[in-house]
Amino acid sequence: MQQRRQLDEKQINRELLNGNLETPKWYYPVMGVLGVGVLIGFATILYMFNRGLGVTGLARPVYWGLFITTFVFWVGISHAGIMISAILRLTQAEWRRPVTRAAELLTVFSLLTALFFPLVHAGRPWRIAYWLIPYDWARGIWPNVRSPLFWDPIAIGTYLTGSTLFLFVALIPDLAILRDRTTGIKKTIYSMLALGWRGNPRQWQLQVVAGVLLSALMLPIFVSVHSIVSWDFAVTPAVEGWHSTIFAPYFVIGAVHSGVSAVVTMMCLMRWLWKWNNYIRPEHFDALARLLIIVATAWLAFTFLELIFSLYGRDAPEIALRELQMFTWPWNLIFITFLLTGYIIPVGCWLFKRCRNNIAVMFWTSILVNVGMWLERFLIIVPGLSRKQVFVYTWEGYWPSPVEWIILVWSFAWVSFLMLLFAKFFPLVPLFEAKESQVFTTEMKVGRATVPMVIRE
Amino acid sequence: MSKISILGLYDNPDSAADALDALSEAGFDSNNFDVLTGTPYPEGAFGEHVPQHRLFRFPLFGAIVGLTLSVFLTSTTQIVYPLITGGKPILSIFAMLVIMYEMTMLSAVITTVIGILFESRLPNISMNVYDTRITEGLIGVSLVCTSDKKETAERALNSAGSMEIKSSGR
Repeated sequence: MQQRRQLDEKQINRELLNGNLETPKWYYPVMGVLGVGVLIGFATILYMFNRGLGVTGLARPVYWGLFITTFVFWVGISHAGIMISAILRLTQAEWRRPVTRAAELLTVFSLLTALFFPLVHAGRPWRIAYWLIPYDWARGIWPNVRSPLFWDPIAIGTYLTGSTLFLFVALIPDLAILRDRTTGIKKTIYSMLALGWRGNPRQWQLQVVAGVLLSALMLPIFVSVHSIVSWDFAVTPAVEGWHSTIFAPYFVIGAVHSGVSAVVTMMCLMRWLWKWNNYIRPEHFDALARLLIIVATAWLAFTFLELIFSLYGRDAPEIALRELQMFTWPWNLIFITFLLTGYIIPVGCWLFKRCRNNIAVMFWTSILVNVGMWLERFLIIVPGLSRKQVFVYTWEGYWPSPVEWIILVWSFAWVSFLMLLFAKFFPLVPLFEAKESQVFTTEMKVGRATVPMVIRE
Repeated sequence: MSKISILGLYDNPDSAADALDALSEAGFDSNNFDVLTGTPYPEGAFGEHVPQHRLFRFPLFGAIVGLTLSVFLTSTTQIVYPLITGGKPILSIFAMLVIMYEMTMLSAVITTVIGILFESRLPNISMNVYDTRITEGLIGVSLVCTSDKKETAERALNSAGSMEIKSSGR
């Protein structure tokens, strides 16, 4: 709050709409590179559909590999939006204001991308309809509601719909600002999207109530989604390392860790690319890093709890699996990298204020977290399947093929492409929140010090 | 008598609040005038009537609808195709609860958003006069009245220090 500057509405409009009303020089070259990446990715997916799953590294008994790892990873990233937006809204945290839109957007696009992966993983995505939608009226075949694989699309569908609506409702006042700043066809489109918003007290009151009410509704959904994703694994008794009672909270806290880190990455990029230094300030990174230290430590506690529970049972196959994960090449390298990048290096940096206030350090540490979190999902999913078990007569190590690596890289290009596309047409920082902050924040003299003061209704 | 829409523009909240007082004193009904801002101000900042809403009924209604539909979906689809899997009962309550929970929440969220739009009176296709400078910091006091009261309204708006007054016929 100490770094806040008094800004008028014209300046806020001019600065925060700089990417919408003008096109930065870097925009088209970056979009071009990302677009090529997206096209290569889609071409690879089509190639895989044509040739079959044989072009991947998947083989008995490892049927779930990089695609499902990446699916869980993107669902995890999607938890950024509601964690940041809903919890901070409900607790009236003043520093949430520049962060909420980007976080909600990340939720929507990462969920969209996550949904691709089960489809791609199925190899023949058109057959998804056989278990996803109750389409076969003639033969009376219905989806099996007892299967977690059916719970997944229902939970993710609910979360995606809710998050999209949440994003749209909060966007309406900003759409009205864009409507008032554009001409021609753009004005017509923004006018339609703004739904005739005028900004009277009733509309503002409903906007504030909507933020709180939707936050309260979205929070339980947010918790349920990654819990249900975890049950894809946890209700499978046959695979060691998967059948765990603490998977639901473990997955949720891990998702928050990776999601909030992804928001930090995005905020760094927003500050650098659009020069929003007046809005995304070091104090915001400081607050997020403090939050992340708590989240990361809670997540680490769950990581060790999960390990301790499995060892405490003294079940020989379970102990053998842990030996494989931690002490056998190459899993031991992945395990060490995961611990270093997921916790030790970033949290070690965030303990120091100088690091928390350094945008470059925050950028790289937040990326490290997500490298670690991706490796964590890989370590959970693959070793349990690849280990030789009783009555399993074929087994082999799994290594993703180039097709899988390309599709993994495609997912990052795809999310970045969608984010930049959105940023061209809609503001990434909520303007009305920035303006409200100016109205509700003032300065007060205490002795010889001038301190910021936030007014709360 | 034809109706007209009048808009007075102010550069500070105090003048806008004075304009509302002046309109009330001039005999205009508070239901016919409104304050338009580009920023959410605290409730009652302009001395305006604090609007009442019934938004909280919408999620409740949506939750009931969603729960009913989900009970129907999860139970009837299992009964019409009674395939026992893993020795679990056909109506496996825990599994049904997951679907019921998600559908209840989905329906509650959708009806809440419908409620937000309905209670905000959106979409709004009225042709009342508007000024794009409102989203740049000016505060608008908007009024709908019959054309014979135009001069009285303009006088009231001017008395509060209006920067500009715009009007349009309806």
